[in-house]
Amino acid sequence: MFELLWTIPALPLTSFVVLACFGSRLSKAASALLGVGSVGISAAVTLLIGFEFLGAPPASGAYSQTLWNWIAVGNLQPAVTLYLDALSLLMTFVITFVGFLIHLYASEYMAGDADFARFFASMNLFVASMLMLVLADNLLLLYLGWEGVGLCSYLLIGFWYTDPANARAAVKAFLVTRIGDTAMAIGLFLLFAKLGTLQIQPLMAEAASQWPEGSGWAIAAAALLLGGAVGKSAQLPLQTWLPDAMAGPTPVSALIHAATMVTAGVYLIARTHVLFGLAPQVEVAVAAIGALTLLLAGLSALVQSDIKRVLAYSTISQIGYMFLALGVGAWQAAMFHFMTHAFFKALLFLAAGAVIVSLHHEQNIFKMGGLRKLLPVTFWTFLIGAASLAGIPFITAGFYSKDWILAQAWTSHTGGPWFWFAGLFGAFLTAAYSFRLIFIVFFGEAKTHVHHHPGRRMTWPLVVLAALAIVSGFVEMPETLGHVAAFSHFLGSALPPSHHPEAGVEAMLIGIAIAAALLGLAVAYFLYLRNPEKVDAISKAPLAASVHRLWLSGWGFDRLYHMMFVAPVLWVAEINKNDIIDQIYRFTAWLHRLVHQFLRTTQSGQLRWYAAGIGVGTVIVAGVVIFG
Amino acid sequence: METAFYITSLIAVISTLLAISRANAVHALLYLIVSFLSISLIFFILGAPFIAALEVIIYAGAIMVLFVFVVMLLNIGRAATEQEKQWLDPKAWRGPGLIGAALLVELISVVSKNPQPAMTGAEITPKAVAISLFGPYLLGVELAAMLLLAGMVGAYHLGRRDPRDGKSETSR
Amino acid sequence: MIPTEHGLMLAAVLFVIGLAGVIVRRNLLFVLMSIEIMLNAAGLAFIVAGARWAQPDGQVMFLFILVTAAAEVAVGLALLLLLHRRFKTLDTAAASTMRG
Repeated sequence: MFELLWTIPALPLTSFVVLACFGSRLSKAASALLGVGSVGISAAVTLLIGFEFLGAPPASGAYSQTLWNWIAVGNLQPAVTLYLDALSLLMTFVITFVGFLIHLYASEYMAGDADFARFFASMNLFVASMLMLVLADNLLLLYLGWEGVGLCSYLLIGFWYTDPANARAAVKAFLVTRIGDTAMAIGLFLLFAKLGTLQIQPLMAEAASQWPEGSGWAIAAAALLLGGAVGKSAQLPLQTWLPDAMAGPTPVSALIHAATMVTAGVYLIARTHVLFGLAPQVEVAVAAIGALTLLLAGLSALVQSDIKRVLAYSTISQIGYMFLALGVGAWQAAMFHFMTHAFFKALLFLAAGAVIVSLHHEQNIFKMGGLRKLLPVTFWTFLIGAASLAGIPFITAGFYSKDWILAQAWTSHTGGPWFWFAGLFGAFLTAAYSFRLIFIVFFGEAKTHVHHHPGRRMTWPLVVLAALAIVSGFVEMPETLGHVAAFSHFLGSALPPSHHPEAGVEAMLIGIAIAAALLGLAVAYFLYLRNPEKVDAISKAPLAASVHRLWLSGWGFDRLYHMMFVAPVLWVAEINKNDIIDQIYRFTAWLHRLVHQFLRTTQSGQLRWYAAGIGVGTVIVAGVVIFG
Repeated sequence: METAFYITSLIAVISTLLAISRANAVHALLYLIVSFLSISLIFFILGAPFIAALEVIIYAGAIMVLFVFVVMLLNIGRAATEQEKQWLDPKAWRGPGLIGAALLVELISVVSKNPQPAMTGAEITPKAVAISLFGPYLLGVELAAMLLLAGMVGAYHLGRRDPRDGKSETSR
Repeated sequence: MIPTEHGLMLAAVLFVIGLAGVIVRRNLLFVLMSIEIMLNAAGLAFIVAGARWAQPDGQVMFLFILVTAAAEVAVGLALLLLLHRRFKTLDTAAASTMRG
């Protein structure tokens, strides 16, 4: 069964090729069947392989399949090899399964769009690239997938390219992530130059044996890889592209900018965790970036008025949690949060998409309201997603994953109370903005009427994801609550285990986290459902108003970057309007024109002048030969 | 022999100078014939009687006759001679004279810098010329024949009048 | 015994006179005549060289030059007639419409 591994990325890729070449000639139904079906079969194959992996895992904990030799230059010989261990199996499962649900959803969501085939071609290419990324056996192949998903992200953010704002958002996403990608490429060069291989497992073994903990090269390599991860996962300081990336269709936001691609950075760090283990300073940096990002993004999410931007900032914040977990060495917790986040965030985006399409492409939450009765399925699934995001205790998946991270942040040797407190405050914020969204959009009085109700292909994925957003948490429960360790047992073959705190401390931490989440819920309830006028009163105060503006603009990073990077370039461009280097070439052109003007006067058409010219030439040449 | 050579040389130079400076075309042609005849004599002195004969027959004879025919055909009258006189402004001679003088200085200096043994003046018979002409130079003779054919065809084509409109074909 | 240099100098003088004629004259007829002079001067140089070596090759070369001159005159005079027919003049300056 493992031999079928290659079909998982190959199916969406084939579908992409067919759709890209013949998409314009296929009917919408055929395009949808290809686009959704290929990912669906991939998901089915993943499930089969997954069951076999769980039942009879490979002896070394990993299965690898070499398809062909990709490049052979000197001792750089990356092969196209797929590497399946617990970590990549988890990622593959989430990508194909959530991807399939989102494709299914999109087949209805995008039904009215003229570029239906182009949409599914890009989506399929994305799935294929993402699978290549997670299944890659060497970092070069991983980088191929990494750039592939970046490309698809660009294509899909700018899917409705006729609006210049969308095209700008796509270019912004592409350029900002490019900064991180460049750092990552340099990191790959460094690793190859120093360790002589890019195959991940030998590379990690080599790094562990050659570099002592805290060695300069390990820190440099880890920091460069972190740069790539920060760019792709929209963490500080490269987070500015993600809110604008919401310009793409909502299924794209769900698949690429919530569930899968943005977590590629988390995957990269988890995949190279040995290297990060050798560089404790970088690990602290990872944790600090994560903590800072989750707080800043959480505060920004609190004031947004566009439903998708709330979710975008929430995504940044939740990935901040994953980074925090990675930074404190809780690799398994990070991946657990990745999985639950993929479910509930995809669910939230898809439900938000259902709301948006029902209200005829209205995205402003203050123009919504009272949708609880009008869109019951959407409401309940959105509520489950928001509850999971907020970490409502005991029943939701988000509660268990977030709780694990918080416990690890407290106990890990690289963690500490500060990180724990950041995470805790983040949990409070998360609950507050999640339920703010619920209360504003679904409660209160109805401000618009519903144009059309989502069909079955949109509601089914919502229901399935809602179910997953609840039950996926039950695979890992802390010792105090049920003590289930299926997930950490499963990942144990790929990622080192984390130390569990003592039962008493754990219970206390859980209790405080529950209190924070419930407090956030309560604040949202009182401020946005009970006394909305109080919010208005608060935001009228001058200090609060400026804070509100700051948060709304995502802490002014866009303006800061504009001042720091864009403005100087524009300034230099303004000075160098008449390109200085060009003057050299212009001078050459001027010289040629001058000589031309001179020479063309000799072409007078006068026979005697030509004869004289020949005569003078003869005299000169003969003179040179005779007297020279 | 030497005296004859220098006298003929003088005649050749003077008649050539006159030939290029006359305004009247027929006068110029007559001077040119004198020049060719004197050069023919020089050939004879240098021991090339066959070439001397050819110079008289072809240069002074055939080619010059062609020129005379053309002059008669064009019916160049007194007005053309006046025009020539106008064009032959003494100032017009400065530039060409300078170029010619410079070239002459160069040629004379290169000739006199490489002293050669004197010419014997021994006759090279037409037989010897014919032997080498149809021996090692046979290919050259063939090429010369081709050249003459090309010249003939070219002259015929260029001089032809188009029977339809009475104009030359190339003038359309 | 005539020095070779003197024969060659005579050829050089005649050649230079022909060159000056080509440049000075505006009448195509005179230009063609000057070209004849130059060709003849070149032939003279060959004859002188042939006499200096006492070999027939110089004369053979003269024959080739003669052939060239004949062909050139035939074409040249045809062109001259054409020029006269089109411009009603023999002035070479008239045929300068192809200037750059």
